[in-house]
Amino acid sequence: MQTRDVLAWRASVAGSGVMGEPAARGRFGEYGGRYVPESLAEACREVDEAFRGAWADPGFRGALTRLLAVHVGRPTPLTPAWRLSGELGVQLYLKREDLTHTGSHKINNALGQALLATRMGRRRLIAETGAGMHGVATATAAALLGLEATVFMGERDMERQSLNVFRMRLLGAEVVPVTSGSRTLKDATSEAMRHWVGTTDDSHYCVGSVVGPDPYPWMVREFQRVIGEEARVQCAAELVTGVPDHVVACVGGGSNAAGTFAGFVDTPARFVGVEAAGGAGASGGRLGVLHGFRSLFLQDDEGQIIEADSIAAGLDYPGVGPEHAHLRDLGRARYVTVTDDEVLGATARLARTEGILPALESAHALAWVIRAAGSGELPAGSTVLLTLSGRGDKDVSTLKELL
Amino acid sequence: MTNSLSNAALDQGSVERQLRARRDGGRRLLMPYVTGGITPDWTAYLRAFAAAGADAIEVGLPFSDPTLDGATIQEATDAALARGATTRQILADLAELPDLGIPLVASTYYNLVLHDGPEAFCAALRRAGVAGLIVPDLPLHEADELTGVAAAAGIELALLASPTTPEPRLAEIGRRSRGFVYAVSIMGTTGERADLAASATELTRRIKLGTDRPVLLGFGISTPEQAREAGRHADGVVVGAAVMRRVLDGAGPDDLRAFLATLRRALDQE
Repeated sequence: MQTRDVLAWRASVAGSGVMGEPAARGRFGEYGGRYVPESLAEACREVDEAFRGAWADPGFRGALTRLLAVHVGRPTPLTPAWRLSGELGVQLYLKREDLTHTGSHKINNALGQALLATRMGRRRLIAETGAGMHGVATATAAALLGLEATVFMGERDMERQSLNVFRMRLLGAEVVPVTSGSRTLKDATSEAMRHWVGTTDDSHYCVGSVVGPDPYPWMVREFQRVIGEEARVQCAAELVTGVPDHVVACVGGGSNAAGTFAGFVDTPARFVGVEAAGGAGASGGRLGVLHGFRSLFLQDDEGQIIEADSIAAGLDYPGVGPEHAHLRDLGRARYVTVTDDEVLGATARLARTEGILPALESAHALAWVIRAAGSGELPAGSTVLLTLSGRGDKDVSTLKELL
Repeated sequence: MTNSLSNAALDQGSVERQLRARRDGGRRLLMPYVTGGITPDWTAYLRAFAAAGADAIEVGLPFSDPTLDGATIQEATDAALARGATTRQILADLAELPDLGIPLVASTYYNLVLHDGPEAFCAALRRAGVAGLIVPDLPLHEADELTGVAAAAGIELALLASPTTPEPRLAEIGRRSRGFVYAVSIMGTTGERADLAASATELTRRIKLGTDRPVLLGFGISTPEQAREAGRHADGVVVGAAVMRRVLDGAGPDDLRAFLATLRRALDQE
């Protein structure tokens, strides 16, 4: 009996179906888990315990909902993309996470975790960031709640996203350049974990996507669920069919996709996650363990992790969240890739048809819709909900060079 | 778990038997670490370690993303991978090595164990003459999926314990660990440090309350003084970054033999 008590976490809770609570030991099918150094085992347990308590506490939920309303500007609108829809022959609706305060869906999670950190008595947030959006969101949430923030960012990404680096510092965060490996998101994540090992007593690791050790993939999806739940209600009011035929989102780690899918999991809507061709964990990865979780990762023949390479720094991650790997296995979602060129074309097209400049990450989802409408994979007249996860302001200098 | 005392001898593999025998003979244990494939003739370091009086040798199988390692082991890992080191080649090199008379313990991250599957991985270790295994990102609660496979292949999977590990869990680590218990001296990554952390003493004491398996203290032990201090509480020490910094700076096997001899003397004086 003692063995059970020591080892079991969540053992008494049955998995509550697709996109519910993960099964015992933080599993989504065969993926997930808590593959952390022993030094982080207790910290993960504490986060899990605190999140369970908070998520069941109407006071916490109410405080977060209010912050999301008065600080973030939720609910975000559902925008019919009339002109582009006309061109494509489908009915395209955009869930406008680009209109949140700080300009991407990352703030939904960062604010949730920051509020949790204050509840846990932590004084500092640690974060990794790729494009810088999660870093900016974390710095913002920290400033709002009076916490310190330390953000780890790959040196290469700091060059690509220098404006976001400046924004984070302006918000009072410390930005630490990561010079190891590919100097992008993967290495920033490793460095953030290393840093957390030494600071678990006063710092909360604010993971930015549905990745990492249990409970992060579940917790981050729950904090992003607001996207899908709002969109569900908005679609019911706006669409003749009530529910879209397809729900499409870009996938790096997969947090905006997970939050969106969660709102439609009990509907017939078909889920499509769109990855960067150079960072396609779900589409091209094989089973592995990295950064605390078991999932699909890009690897070479020797089992070394391959560096992802995409025009969108936020998708430069060689793995995918464990729940996405599970949804793929179940056939509940499918995962496709688009190329950098398709992404650039989609970015310009949305700007010119709808007056909306999407983040390069979000433009991946759009690029697939454009391709699929052209190929007939999306039949004429289909309704498509696309989560526009962020705005493209951060990418203007990249676009200026490439377009 | 009731059998842990009465059947202790039956549970013991060759790593634990050898380490226990030496410890019970009054010796403080020394387990130096080397990153496999760091140089073309890297196994010469192993001979030097053995000659310097090592009681076991930890061989790191380099992984692209060593999330529990500090700057020195990261640099060594990158250097080994850059010169084309692979698990396969490292194990082939070890297989050619004559018996050094002390156990070899592989250490790597779980992704490399999973790559060809735990069964194939453990069998490959065994064929190369490796008897122990350390997987720093496979904590107690995930270790089940490897312990049985490892034991069946004759590989002793040593578990790590940390200063924040709570009491009942620590006892379970003592029970389930094989070969020895790896005590992580400090809440941090691998790497040299100026002083032995106070947490090291307390952790070692707590582990020993629950098990009489050998307890090796690692992370940050880099000088003879620290080794001597560590030897007062633990059964022995693991020395990694202090070795690899010297290797990265160009030190050859003879230099490392001299360095480890200073640690050996410090441990023996205690």
